[in-house]
Amino acid sequence: MVKEIKTDDYRIWYDSTIETVTCQGSFRLTGMQEYAPIVELLNEAATQESLQITLDVRDLEFLNSSGINVLSKFVINIRQQKTKQITVRGSDDIPWQEKSLRNLQRLMPSLQLEME
Amino acid sequence: MTQIFGDFIEELPVKPEHLTIQFFPSSVSLKQRWRNNGLSADFMADYFATFFPGDENSTHKNPKQAEIKSTVSYIANELLENAMKFSDETALAPVTLTLQMQQNKITFTTTNTVPPENVDDFQSFLIALTTSDPNELYLHQLEKNAVDDSMGSGLGLLTMMNDYLAKIGWKFQTTQIQPEVIMVTTMVQLVL
Repeated sequence: MVKEIKTDDYRIWYDSTIETVTCQGSFRLTGMQEYAPIVELLNEAATQESLQITLDVRDLEFLNSSGINVLSKFVINIRQQKTKQITVRGSDDIPWQEKSLRNLQRLMPSLQLEME
Repeated sequence: MTQIFGDFIEELPVKPEHLTIQFFPSSVSLKQRWRNNGLSADFMADYFATFFPGDENSTHKNPKQAEIKSTVSYIANELLENAMKFSDETALAPVTLTLQMQQNKITFTTTNTVPPENVDDFQSFLIALTTSDPNELYLHQLEKNAVDDSMGSGLGLLTMMNDYLAKIGWKFQTTQIQPEVIMVTTMVQLVL
């Protein structure tokens, strides 16, 4: 199953066959209300019956603070399930990722952060 | 009445070379303006990044230039978003964002109005922000938002302090008594 949201600014999709959520482009939406469809997709991915999930943001060029909130909520959701592990794949070429992604690990110390 | 919070330089000399964007928050709808925030922030970022040219002989991307561009874009966008969200639209006063570069730092200065009835809550938040460990407050805010973020994420200023090590200060001024108009100037200093 693949669920996708695509706009001129960003694309996000969840592929259940590889248990991966991929985000691309620029998340610069107006507050939590506009992020609601993305939150819904992430909630659906988080609650699947699997032991592992990957969040791939290697092509997410920009994220505003509301977007940071959205990704943090996703990680907290995974953490609260206790049995599920998460890997976050980021890129060293995108400066915000180097600065902000480590905070996700602080929310969930067992989170695997793979920067490339 | 003037009140200062955090790291605010009262007598910041305005350099002849600076970049200012000014607009009236009430003139177009929020959604349309939101797109302009991103465009304005990216423009400012591109403009300032040219002051940090890479080695022309190198085929690699200049990491410093990329970092400055990303940082200016992030901070300018957050400041514009905040100015839009929290301005007093009835006051008919403009929002301005000025960027200037000193030897080893970039200073962002935003001015916007605040509805008088929101000032107390805003100042309480600023007191918490300037008297707590930003690291702990940031994590605390993320956990809190996971339960309820209906009041906005509250993360813009915290990420600037925590992830970008920015120094931030605020100045509140009553610029008109009847009806009351309160302006807030937010100053973000970023050491390069």
